[in-house]
Amino acid sequence: MSSSQDDTATSGASQPAASAGAALSLHRQLTEIWKTGPGWQRLAAVNHSVLGIRFMVTALVFFGIGGVLGMLTRVQLATPMATFMEPGTYNQVFTMHGSIMLFLFAIPMLEGIAVYLTPKILGTRDFAFPRLTAYGYWCYLFGGTILTVSLLAGVAPDSGWFMYTPLSSNVYTPGINADVWLLGVTFVEISALTLAVEIVVSILTMRAPGMSLDRMPIFGWYMLVTALMMILAFPPLILGSILLESERAFGLPFFDPTRGGDPLLWQHLFWLFGHPDVYIIFLPMAGLLSTMIPVLAGTVLVGYRAIVVAIIGLAFASFGIWVHHMFTVGIPHLALAFFSTGSAIVAVPTAVQIFAWLATLAQGKPRWNVPMLYVFGFFSTFVMGGLTGVMLAIVPFDWQAHDTYFVVAHFHYVIAGSVAFPLFGALYYWLPLLTGRVAVYRLSVPAFWLIFVGFNMTFFLMHLVGLLGMPRRIYTYPDVESWTWLNLLSSVGGFIMTIGFALAVIDLLAQIRFGRRVRRDPWKAATLEWAMPIPPAPYGFASLPHVETRADRLAVGEIAPALARGEGYLGFTRHGWQETLGVHMTTGAPEQLIVLPRATYLPLWTALATAAAVLSMLAKLYWLTALMAAVTIALFVFAARMAGFDRDYGRMPVGRGVSLPVHTEVVHPPAWWALVFTLVADATLFTSLVFGLLFLWISAPNWPPNGVPDTDLALALAAMAALGISALFARAALRALVGRRTPRLWMGLATLALLAAIGLAVVLIAGIVPHPSAHALGATAAALLTFVVVHAGIGLLFLLTATLRLASGHASPRRAIDLRLARLWIDYTAITGAVAIGLVLALPALVTMLGMRP
Amino acid sequence: MLIPLAMGGMLAGCTGPLSTLAPAGPTAGSIASLWWVMLAGATALFALVMGLFALVMLRPDWARRISPGRWIVLGGLVLPAIVLTPLLVFALLTGERLLPRLAADPMRIEAEARQWEWTFRYPAAGGAETRGVLHLPAGTPVDVVVTSTDVIHAFWIPRLAGKIDAVPGHANVLRIEADRPGTYQGLCNEFCGVGHTGMRFDVIVHPAVEFPASLAAAAAGKVQP
Ligand SMILES: [Cu+2]
Ligand SMILES: [Cu+2]
Repeated sequence: MSSSQDDTATSGASQPAASAGAALSLHRQLTEIWKTGPGWQRLAAVNHSVLGIRFMVTALVFFGIGGVLGMLTRVQLATPMATFMEPGTYNQVFTMHGSIMLFLFAIPMLEGIAVYLTPKILGTRDFAFPRLTAYGYWCYLFGGTILTVSLLAGVAPDSGWFMYTPLSSNVYTPGINADVWLLGVTFVEISALTLAVEIVVSILTMRAPGMSLDRMPIFGWYMLVTALMMILAFPPLILGSILLESERAFGLPFFDPTRGGDPLLWQHLFWLFGHPDVYIIFLPMAGLLSTMIPVLAGTVLVGYRAIVVAIIGLAFASFGIWVHHMFTVGIPHLALAFFSTGSAIVAVPTAVQIFAWLATLAQGKPRWNVPMLYVFGFFSTFVMGGLTGVMLAIVPFDWQAHDTYFVVAHFHYVIAGSVAFPLFGALYYWLPLLTGRVAVYRLSVPAFWLIFVGFNMTFFLMHLVGLLGMPRRIYTYPDVESWTWLNLLSSVGGFIMTIGFALAVIDLLAQIRFGRRVRRDPWKAATLEWAMPIPPAPYGFASLPHVETRADRLAVGEIAPALARGEGYLGFTRHGWQETLGVHMTTGAPEQLIVLPRATYLPLWTALATAAAVLSMLAKLYWLTALMAAVTIALFVFAARMAGFDRDYGRMPVGRGVSLPVHTEVVHPPAWWALVFTLVADATLFTSLVFGLLFLWISAPNWPPNGVPDTDLALALAAMAALGISALFARAALRALVGRRTPRLWMGLATLALLAAIGLAVVLIAGIVPHPSAHALGATAAALLTFVVVHAGIGLLFLLTATLRLASGHASPRRAIDLRLARLWIDYTAITGAVAIGLVLALPALVTMLGMRP
Repeated sequence: MLIPLAMGGMLAGCTGPLSTLAPAGPTAGSIASLWWVMLAGATALFALVMGLFALVMLRPDWARRISPGRWIVLGGLVLPAIVLTPLLVFALLTGERLLPRLAADPMRIEAEARQWEWTFRYPAAGGAETRGVLHLPAGTPVDVVVTSTDVIHAFWIPRLAGKIDAVPGHANVLRIEADRPGTYQGLCNEFCGVGHTGMRFDVIVHPAVEFPASLAAAAAGKVQP
């Protein structure tokens, strides 16, 4: 863009443009700044609308792949003693069906919806960390590709999607199949975790000014709770995968019962993730329903507060009931009663939502249209799945139904039906937003009924065949049982459902091409995503609204033209910046001017380096893994080095007579909160590791080990002291910078202290008795100390980044975020380090206490 | 169309050799009763919610007379409380009755799983051992001690009782009892690799008085199909 435009825009900052001509010129200026370039430059996209659509389209592709795999299993099971597939192939197919549907379809789909829709519904221009969104997308794409290619190569994971050890250990699965799962899924999970942090920080700090939390549309609450759950639920699985991979690759026996490990530890870590995961997948769909249903009924949502309380309650409850997936592993009866009751009580917040939706429909004038058909489909499948869920929460019944087709039926009702129906309803509802075209329904209705009938035919009958004793995961069955005709009908239903989905996809594609053009808001909705011309421009809002009521009852038709004319906040351009506003977490008062990074290839390169690290790990080329991990880290440091500004700006006008500091010059910019929530995730991982150690100590076979751990007390105390001292130096460095003195000396001392801590911890690891590969006790001690080494190492990276940014002028007394982040990280490292090293020191006492073990 | 079909199927198919709905022992019997009770309740609840959905769609004027708050309180709190409380109490009592510890010291049989077969040992019968066939006395409670030598399996005789996992490094106890002599089927119910599908076993229940002799004969034969 030209500098003259730039100047007029800046000088006109306090004067809103008035005419339609001004709206058009504002549109041109903003588009020039926010657009993603053509051709190859598309690979540099960081815009949330672009990336959101990529996430959703990629997820739908994986939905297709997963669906085909599901159909293959139905072909195999349609008739008894079928020879369509070998058992080995069948095991890969059903393992990948589950893994793809959960990790490569459901989670990324909800991320795509969150990325695309959340900023628009909350009235802001983008998410807080666009480059991270892009990195997350590439990681997902590459991780998913690795898994899919492994399927084509015939080396796909084959131990079931929950990968129970010892079956998935290198003794019983010696090939790379299990490694593909552990590395590929962890790769995708880490990308999901970074997105979860981004979703939380964006929702909390980037909304339309005036949108306090209790004015946030219900969708925002659903996404906030979902993303917080992801932050707490993924770390146990990531830890479990790291431990299992290090057992497979380096022989550390965390789960090997012959060497003091316990296969049940894997199950606990897996379901600590796995159960909340069901709600993580379901809640965004419920959020879509809670947004669509009032509009389709022409009214406002009933029970907003009750729903918020219900979903927060659901989130808490879901972390307390993972054991209901383990009712048959031999757990004390009292614990079973507790988890059974907890699982049944989950019905309460779910019922609150269902009846709030019914009440909303009752208050309005519901219209029968295609989204409403899918709402109906959702209601029937979800109620059915919920009822069988309560049945399975009843322990004696679960002892019969567990791992039979009854369970397969149940969870397909809960996470296939209750995801697919709201999702397709939402696709029909929001497609006009994405494309600017409204649907002409021809194929839509028959497609729905084919899906609905096919779905129920496939999965309802599975309840019966399960009760008749058919276990899941068998590749065939003899003809003597009453299972034969039920299976055949299930398979026929599966084909009907597949045809329905294919028709629905064709229908959606046809509407993208041939739908009737519309300018804005075809549903007479009242949320902000419709207060923009559709399809949305890359900047979303030409200016940001000021919200004074609950933001799901806005007069969208009046707001939209005013925003387009630039009458809200930031209705101008300056310096070619991608600007949006940061607000107070609860009140929504505007607090900072956030300048977002522009399109860059950096996320792509970083994700490629990460993928190379994963692939070389799969190939067991560990030196290359280390190299590629180093490249990845270097790219992260490089990205951080260039972020922000190399000068102070002070307060800047943002329109409507308000001036705000730039995000680089506030104490708590989004980056600060991102680190806070990352540390929450990290602390969850650390807690899971401590839980693992205590769990093994209490319940694993073959304890105590031969040889008592004998940690050098002086070395351990010295390591703890070094960590504490480095935290003090980091604080001194921050104080010096803010006080306009040079922090370099303190930063150097903090670096030395961290290096000392790393050295001492490495010496401690080398001296662990029993040897880490000989007994789980040594392995967990090594894991705890490695945790300290890794965190101290990352602390060094924070200091390195701060040093580089000081040198290049990106840090100043007002722009001190780098040292703030370093200080926070090193504080955390010192605290967890003290706990970890303390636990290692306490191990001899723990082993002596083992005499008291029941 | 589906529901009557399904119901018909359920009644016709109840008799399968692995059917949990054709119980042949007290534990499977009480769980099957639990199922029929829950099925009745679930059907009623499903009809209620879908009926309400039809009502709000087809007769909105009637539905609008119920205040929004009442919808949420009645449907979200009162209804689950009415349904869940008796269900949980009933289920906990059922579970309590099925526990191994309640009867005094019955006979123990060891069931050892490995990829992909079952070995049964009878310590009370002088260490007799059978492979792929479990011999039981009729009308007598038996504690099966379930272990594994390699990966996780699960021990399940659907017509007699629920299942329990065979976890390497752990020993789990499951109480089973068969009402009448006869032949039943058991299977491995935890995915355990390529041979999982074929990891089945037969259960032969003998009249209690003939059990020692029959077991001795079977163990001496040693050759199992
Ligand atoms: Cu669960
Ligand atoms: Cu098995």
